Amino acid sequence: MALLRKALLTSIWFVFLTLPFLAVRVNTLQNEVEWRWHSLFYVGLAVFLLSVFIQVGRQLRQRRPLRPAGPTTIARFGHRLLTEASLYRPLLGLLTVAALLFPLIFDTAQTNILVLALIFVVLGLGLNITVGLAGLLDLGYIAFFAVGAYTYAILNSHFGLGFWLCLPLGGAVGALFGLLLGFPILRLRGDYLAIVTLGFGSIAKIVIENWEDLTHGAQGISGIARPGLFGLEFDLAGTVNYLYYLALTLVIVTIFITHRLKDSRLGRAWIALREDEIACAATGIDPALTKLSAYAFGAFWAGLVGVLFAARNTLVHPNSFTFMESALVLSIVVLGGMGSIVGVILAALALVLLPEYLRAFEEYRMLVYGAVMVLMMLFRPQGLIRPAGRRYKRPTAGDQEAA
Amino acid sequence: MTTVPLLEVTGLGMDFGGLRAVDGVSLSVYAGEIVALIGPNGAGKTTFFNCITGIYRPTRGAVQLTPAGGSRQRIDGLRPHRIASLGMARTFQNIRLFPQMTVLENVMLGRHCRTRSSLLGAILRGPNTRRQEAETIDRSYQLLEKVGLLSVADEMAKNLPYGGQRRLEIARALATDPFLLLLDEPAAGMNPQETAELDALIVRIRADDKVAVLLIEHDMKLVMNISDRIYVMEYGKQIATGTPLEIRHNAKVIEAYLGEGGDA
Repeated sequence: MALLRKALLTSIWFVFLTLPFLAVRVNTLQNEVEWRWHSLFYVGLAVFLLSVFIQVGRQLRQRRPLRPAGPTTIARFGHRLLTEASLYRPLLGLLTVAALLFPLIFDTAQTNILVLALIFVVLGLGLNITVGLAGLLDLGYIAFFAVGAYTYAILNSHFGLGFWLCLPLGGAVGALFGLLLGFPILRLRGDYLAIVTLGFGSIAKIVIENWEDLTHGAQGISGIARPGLFGLEFDLAGTVNYLYYLALTLVIVTIFITHRLKDSRLGRAWIALREDEIACAATGIDPALTKLSAYAFGAFWAGLVGVLFAARNTLVHPNSFTFMESALVLSIVVLGGMGSIVGVILAALALVLLPEYLRAFEEYRMLVYGAVMVLMMLFRPQGLIRPAGRRYKRPTAGDQEAA
Repeated sequence: MTTVPLLEVTGLGMDFGGLRAVDGVSLSVYAGEIVALIGPNGAGKTTFFNCITGIYRPTRGAVQLTPAGGSRQRIDGLRPHRIASLGMARTFQNIRLFPQMTVLENVMLGRHCRTRSSLLGAILRGPNTRRQEAETIDRSYQLLEKVGLLSVADEMAKNLPYGGQRRLEIARALATDPFLLLLDEPAAGMNPQETAELDALIVRIRADDKVAVLLIEHDMKLVMNISDRIYVMEYGKQIATGTPLEIRHNAKVIEAYLGEGGDA
């Protein structure tokens, strides 16, 4: 009985909460208010059933004998899949083949969407260095992406420089801006850091919007050259496919380099900085240098892939670089699991592709997005994939006492 | 002793606004010594540690460090990581490990300031980088063996029991190849058995690694057992210094700290 009462109260509460935006509809054409009581009834019913379902499930779980605490079967299989070469090698091979064949199987529109997703994979991996590894919250990350995109757009439209020259330049300029942001905020942490980075993101957008001579302001810069390949000419499908392979290569290079760095002396220092800054300093690690390198390196990838973004769209526009994009990239890192490369890739694909394919539900996109975030934080706050500690083999084979 | 002290602190003072936390403390540690700094809670011992390791910038006084075979150098005002790379390592009263990293990685981070790597080296993983990495791992395993944590090398640091975390902090500090080790209440929260092991560990560190030790400690048994000399602080001031025997019979110290009868 208590169960039903609780379910009833929950459903009444939800009906009350959703009343303003589900039941009341203002018809602006006829200037009248429509009341849609039936939709409230559905909400109430759904919440009631869900509540009963959850409570029954909870009771069943409590009745069952307690299992020894530990990872579930799925989690354990997932862990083995990520750590055992005999399991992940074939999977990796399969994924590579699938990725290579994708543009041949699916049409141009699909490929084009996937290019965007791959761009966000690189962004996620870049921010993963700053936020996931070094633990420096950055709410204005998209500014570096904008810097890269505008570097190519400006150099191309004003000076006619080509894509391949601008690609490393975009990365370098991005890293430079990373350092520029890094210096003033060396002493900040937590909330203060978040606010300053948020401000930096806004400043970047405002500068772009108002520096008419250089950036063409709110019009954006159009007619940017697509990347060339030894002077070959492509048709539209060919161009998209070429961009796809470029993005794929960039993703693979990013994965390789960030993975190597994560497992290096510098990568360990980044993680240590996230864990405890004072302990870091007392252990002989320079926190300032470590912080700056994390910012610069995170920003480098954003700048680099920004060039690709500009080349894909052939136009850059300040509205591509709003706070929403920063939030999206940050969600990718949080959803994927701070510091986990595989997690970030999965999250980037999910968060970019799902909205694209759920265009039919466009009105509810942000609702679903928010719900996914809330559910994730409730049930899996560590993200999709929790980074596991790396094991190091003792090099001297003689005394293998370690279990 | 006619030799130059490894660490020489003269007239150190530290103010926090109107509060004088440390007031004119002078202290020196010579090679091969184990020196204890004791005093009631709030006497300013940890503040003193924070001043000489660069976490705070002292208001007055000088701190000079003389590495074995090196030249004398003033270190007050240097940043903590510089002081650590000069060869003075420390542990913390409230343990400060890297909780989400493995026990071994914690020690490997101690090697950071003794190794060099370039960005390109880390990405390409050339022979130099690999050799250096192997050396780091090897040395870290040795240190874990020394403090008795070899069997839990792959555990997350946060999962270690309290005593294990304290020993891990010592191993991490030793990984920086110090000539002087500062321990801030290493026995806090340990049971008598663990304290006895710690006692043996500190003596062994001095013997094997030629490391001098300066420690803050409340456990009088440990302090009286292993210290060559003791400094006593109260209300930020230095009130006594001497051998354990002298300190035990010093009227001022008994009054200020050991109280009625004392537990020594």
